[in-house]
Amino acid sequence: MQIGEQAPTFSLPDTDGQEHGPDGVTVVVFTCNHCPYALGWHERLLQVARDYDDVTFLAVNPNDAERYPTDSFDAMKERVQADGGWPHPYLRDESQEVARAYGAKTTPDVFVLDADGRLRYRGAPDSDHRDAGQRASWLREALEAVREGEAPARAETTPVGCSVKWK
Amino acid sequence: MKVELLWWDGCPSHPETLEDLKRVLREEGVEADVDLVEVESDDQAHRERFPGSPTVRIDGEDVVPPKEAEPFSLTCRIYRLRDGRISPTPDPEDLREAVRRINADR
Repeated sequence: MQIGEQAPTFSLPDTDGQEHGPDGVTVVVFTCNHCPYALGWHERLLQVARDYDDVTFLAVNPNDAERYPTDSFDAMKERVQADGGWPHPYLRDESQEVARAYGAKTTPDVFVLDADGRLRYRGAPDSDHRDAGQRASWLREALEAVREGEAPARAETTPVGCSVKWK
Repeated sequence: MKVELLWWDGCPSHPETLEDLKRVLREEGVEADVDLVEVESDDQAHRERFPGSPTVRIDGEDVVPPKEAEPFSLTCRIYRLRDGRISPTPDPEDLREAVRRINADR
């Protein structure tokens, strides 16, 4: 999927069994439970969801749970429960169809869609998974632009993380 | 001293670990080549007792021993830096400590 293209729509269940999909300006982050890069960026992404409550924020776990049981739907539910809830839904992409449709490569891999559902940013949350001070700045810059109806100055960066675990 | 770096290409972390490892060996005055071992299948992961990428072994000893329950598989290891942060690579000071200890025991 190229910048400016219409992003696939979808509906996936969250850890409470409710279905969610893109709606208005939307962040779709492919992520998981077991990857150190995803875990390193996790708190920063939660904070983005809290700070931009006018944006639909969807975390999607597409990993093969048979080979990686820590990414099972049950493990996802346990994680959210242990954290006392997340500010955004954590969705299970059991068939991996959504991850394939988006061309997700890593966890994390961040996609920002505008209000018309077109892809406006794709890549990493920021430049350093170890530096909390980065505050997911690339994602925030993209959201600031897209919420104003503008194209982000930095539309694409290289996603960094563990490979998506395909079946 | 036999130094091995076992890695899997599903994690982008081994080049950084190799760099850290070479620097630590140089700074500690240890002359040793680093053998790079690519792990490519679950079978090989079991044979190599590979808990994830990257894994550094010196004279067969994992420099950051995994928990006993850690399964052997093609996965990315989760390390903790000394300041508590999660990291895909071991803390260089853990590498240094292991190099010093194993070197002193020889």
